[in-house]
Amino acid sequence: MEKFVQLKGLVAPLDRANVDTDQIIPKQFLKSIKRTGFGPNLFDEWRYLDEGYPGQDNSKRPLNTEFVLNQERYQGASILLTRRNFGCGSSREHAPWALLDYGFKVILAPSFADIFFNNCFKNGMLPIVLPEEEIQTLFEQVESNPGYELEVDLPAQTVTRPDGTKLSFEVDAFRKHCLINGLDDIGLTLEDTEAIKAYEEKRQALEPWVFDVRGDL
Amino acid sequence: MTAKTLYDKLWESHLVTERDDGSALIYIDRHIIHEVTSPQAFEGLRLAGRAPWRREMNFATIDHNVPTTPFKSAADIEDETSRIQVVTLQDNTKEFGIRNYGIGDTRQGIVHVMAPEQGAVLPGMTVVCGDSHTSTNGAFACLAHGIGTSEVEHVLATQCLVAKKMKNMLVRVDGELGLGVTAKDVVLHIIGVIGTAGGTGHAIEFAGSAIRSLSMEGRMTVCNMAIEAGARAGMIAVDDKTIDYCKGRPFAPTGDAWEKAVAYWRTLVSDEDAHFDTVVEIRAEDIKPQVSWGTSPEMVLPVDATLPIPEEEADGVKRSSMERAYEYMGLTPGMKITDIKVDRVFIGSCTNSRIEDLRAAADVVKGKTKAASVKQAMVVPGSGLVKRQAEEEGLDKIFLAAGFEWREPGCSMCLAMNPDRLEPGEHCASTSNRNFEGRQGNGGRTHLVSPAMAAAAGIAGHFVDVREL
Repeated sequence: MEKFVQLKGLVAPLDRANVDTDQIIPKQFLKSIKRTGFGPNLFDEWRYLDEGYPGQDNSKRPLNTEFVLNQERYQGASILLTRRNFGCGSSREHAPWALLDYGFKVILAPSFADIFFNNCFKNGMLPIVLPEEEIQTLFEQVESNPGYELEVDLPAQTVTRPDGTKLSFEVDAFRKHCLINGLDDIGLTLEDTEAIKAYEEKRQALEPWVFDVRGDL
Repeated sequence: MTAKTLYDKLWESHLVTERDDGSALIYIDRHIIHEVTSPQAFEGLRLAGRAPWRREMNFATIDHNVPTTPFKSAADIEDETSRIQVVTLQDNTKEFGIRNYGIGDTRQGIVHVMAPEQGAVLPGMTVVCGDSHTSTNGAFACLAHGIGTSEVEHVLATQCLVAKKMKNMLVRVDGELGLGVTAKDVVLHIIGVIGTAGGTGHAIEFAGSAIRSLSMEGRMTVCNMAIEAGARAGMIAVDDKTIDYCKGRPFAPTGDAWEKAVAYWRTLVSDEDAHFDTVVEIRAEDIKPQVSWGTSPEMVLPVDATLPIPEEEADGVKRSSMERAYEYMGLTPGMKITDIKVDRVFIGSCTNSRIEDLRAAADVVKGKTKAASVKQAMVVPGSGLVKRQAEEEGLDKIFLAAGFEWREPGCSMCLAMNPDRLEPGEHCASTSNRNFEGRQGNGGRTHLVSPAMAAAAGIAGHFVDVREL
């Protein structure tokens, strides 16, 4: 996994609540067996006027010019600002993959859906929860200041506005450690191999039927 | 000893190790796999040269992509990308020695129908799958939730997950459910009350006399939609119904092991004085048949209601969501739910495709005919075994005689990854779980309802109150 430490980047505002994973990446694109290449279809139904399908040349499709990410001033954005309960719906990791492939590494919202939130950390992305009032202020500032950038500092757990105001945020210690060091979760867990084996032995004595599933193999 | 909730007990019995930073490693008893969220995980294993920790704990089947018209081999799947995923799962499970209920196997079906049906899921287990509706399995007093593909790989490689304990939420529904009010109406009503983020960060335990009165199929419907209330996991304590359902299933213990298991399973209830961080109390008598009108499951109302007026909503964020939903759904504030016309009917999905659901729909349809204005009414059983049982009971004949279609098992029009889908602008009475924009097809308009309500709408051509039939 790629490390995440600091990021200074352009902010794009997506002023909608309850943005679900079907909106982030519609189901027809889940048929890929790869982790990359989802960026051109991020928010597909909002971004384009026609219906998208896998494998088409997206550069030739008619754009919905009213959709915020299609506006010139937000091209190259790496921070997405949005509203409450972002990422609700399915567990598809294709949602963070699509956001990352498009170029977003940080998402700011008043709240996130649990599975989406967790999936972001597995991909070197940082979802940040800020109070609703601070999110509102950021929306106002982004919309009235073209080229609006924020500085995100994970070790310090701060988001710094252009006027120097620092907003602090909470992050789980384990997730922070993994992001800063770009650690592979599986490798870390396998360091606990002995503990897993000891657990299995103890459990097998108590609930043997849980482990008795080899019959058909 | 302090009193514990069911979730506390499940968490503690699966704790492998706790780390200094507050995270924990929990053991996973069952991992269910399907074709859409697993290819990248198997590829990850291959690249790292890792093998599954315990291959026998994994159960795979195909559901999201499969056609619901008869097909005999992968070559019959017309859509190339779908076919590749189905074949990739076949290849991956073969390579890693994992069982896969694939094409032509009567056990094949929607992951959350297949797993309980096989007794793969039993009380007291932790169950995960790369699918958010894994919460369904919580009906068996399991800690069951969806995971992303990175975690699919993690579970394959380690049989564990890195987790943090969630908060405890109790949703208690006491009283007697009225005639025509089903498990689906109960859970839609709950979501209408607490909202789509109401359960975020929590594991929800559903309890109370109305929940106890539900069959295991009904309980699965309720737990299935915990995720639509924001909670990754929903669960229900063990009682006689749980144990009766599990008895004799292919992967259930037998003999002495069964007796020992039952004795343990009986302890899987919340202690009387257990502490819940959040408690929601609902009167069963307040629940009417529900119909969702908007683009989020919380936009739901009783069938006899009129649609809400955005100007009356005080919360600005909610008001703009409502306005956007009206625009998408092509509906007018203040109109009656029963005036909404239906173009298609979908009876199926991991929420409502079990035998009891099909019986309820067949009861409404029997001896009647689909409205001419309804283009299609599709019944999609949840598994090959559900299909077989329904056919033994003659339900297929009832549906076909009424002009409904009888299909092969799969996820089908719940998420339209296969050819079953809505055309832009069409309204669908659907027994599925999500009414998001485009969920059932680009521009499609979903109304979430119970199987009986969907069937009734198919006959009338618009929503009707099943209590009046």
